[in-house]
Amino acid sequence: MSPSSHPSGRAQRQRKGFQRRRGGTLFLLMLPGVAYFLLFHYGALVGNVIAFKEYVPFDGLWGSPWTGPGNFRRMFEDEAFWDAVLNTLWIAVLQLVFYFPVPLGLALLLHTLTWSSVRRFVQSVAYLPHFISWVIVVALFQQVLGDTGLLNSGLSGAGLHTVDIIGDPDAFKPLVVAQVIWKDAGWGTIIFLAALAQVDEQQYEAAAIDGAGPWRRFWHVTLPAIRPVIVLLLIMRLGEILSVGFEQMLLQRDAVGPETAEVIDTFVYYQGIVGGDYGFAAAAGLFKGVVGALLVYAANKVAHRLGEQGVYR
Amino acid sequence: MSASARPGWMEKPRPLTQAAKALALTTVVLLVCVPFLVIVSTSLASTREVVDNGGWVLWPSEPTLDAYRDIFDGGIVTHALGVSAGVTIVGTLLSLACTVTLAYALSRPGVFGGKPVLLLVLFTFLFPPGMIPSFLLVKELGLLDSYASLVLPVLVNVFNLVVLRGFFQSVPEELYEAARLDGAGDWRVLVSVVLPLSKAALAVVGLFYAVAYWNSWFYASLYLESDHWPLQQVLRTYVVSGAGLTDATTGEATVTARRPCRWRCS
Repeated sequence: MSPSSHPSGRAQRQRKGFQRRRGGTLFLLMLPGVAYFLLFHYGALVGNVIAFKEYVPFDGLWGSPWTGPGNFRRMFEDEAFWDAVLNTLWIAVLQLVFYFPVPLGLALLLHTLTWSSVRRFVQSVAYLPHFISWVIVVALFQQVLGDTGLLNSGLSGAGLHTVDIIGDPDAFKPLVVAQVIWKDAGWGTIIFLAALAQVDEQQYEAAAIDGAGPWRRFWHVTLPAIRPVIVLLLIMRLGEILSVGFEQMLLQRDAVGPETAEVIDTFVYYQGIVGGDYGFAAAAGLFKGVVGALLVYAANKVAHRLGEQGVYR
Repeated sequence: MSASARPGWMEKPRPLTQAAKALALTTVVLLVCVPFLVIVSTSLASTREVVDNGGWVLWPSEPTLDAYRDIFDGGIVTHALGVSAGVTIVGTLLSLACTVTLAYALSRPGVFGGKPVLLLVLFTFLFPPGMIPSFLLVKELGLLDSYASLVLPVLVNVFNLVVLRGFFQSVPEELYEAARLDGAGDWRVLVSVVLPLSKAALAVVGLFYAVAYWNSWFYASLYLESDHWPLQQVLRTYVVSGAGLTDATTGEATVTARRPCRWRCS
């Protein structure tokens, strides 16, 4: 009865055939997805050679003449490029300081709620803006903060000075950070709430019995439990430090002008897609990609040194 | 506090703390709900009222469904709505199919090529190809101005793939064993065992894909001629580029004037 102790030739053949068929099916199932990644990611990745060429539409990607590092040299000498880099870094730092703690704080607040129906309601409401497209979010901010918007109507109705937020270049960077907070802070709580739910209830109980108040429980139980997630998100954020909300920036760039609102991604778009200088734009894009990957690699190394799990081992 | 389930060891919060929490939560809810109210109210108000009030209405004085009637009157917006719905439905189904099959294959141990494929996929997360090469690829493939250009370049999302793979891995191994003993092949196991168990995960990932397709406008502005545009891109020309919703021709003129050179160059 037991095929493993007395394998007849037929049963063995059958099992081998079964295994081969089994691997075959799974391999076939993998193909569409793999084909997609090979073509649209690795195929496009190879297309980065255009950064070392001068694109001539008639000759296509492969026929265009090589320029070596010419595009990069031009890029490093271009003041507009460095303006874009500075704007990007500036917005990224603002986001890190003002956006990053918000989902964490909101998650901690929600986690302390013992009233589960209230908690679920606030959670659902806070998720909503994530599902709205940037087009609508930008329009909404105009309706609320624009010169004839909700806020200014209220201010002038109360006899106060109106404030120009949408068109003011100085207010632009805080404005885009506020938009990111409004759109994604609620959604960002999910990952922290998941981490908080993993914390063993008994740890809190033991700490409370040992006389730890809410703050000490937070400091010695909650924080250590979610630290790996915080580190993970920080590392991933660092990798994206050179890409701050492309769609969001593109939508609002013209309202305040490129001096304040040009970021690397919009720079690539306007130089390449709009201006037709594909090689130059691809060089800027490649620069961004390489720096991002290096930052993730370095941050991951640092995290390991500090005894954290990081993104990958 | 009858619905509250505070464990016995937790001290009763001080009134001040409770008030602060309530205030914070109310602020969060209002910050989200008031703008939503503005959207809904503005859509229900008459054009006159909206224009007189500077582009928004908090509460319509005479609610009307005119705006919704206009959407379906067969104009640009109706067409764009159809395009968006079509791209969202077809794209979500295709994306789900490719993500499920790949995630399933990668979730089973010992698949031929499983390890390298997983690395291949995860690497794209670290190093995305970039806008210009992607655009040139779509162009070389002859996908410009086709709806396929909105779906194929973003077919599988790595994050969604990893989520589904994790979910498939959490299906108990005994179920796979049992199905296999009953003579089910891998395809049969996927369809009859794994997918029915993963309805919740499929719904979530499907929702992510659908929202991404519905909200996307940049690829449309990049790859499509304006008469094929989906809803978000049309809305963008109306709302953000400052063209009035009532004056569709102005919107069209702005768009034509600002169209990038790629159509002329190539």
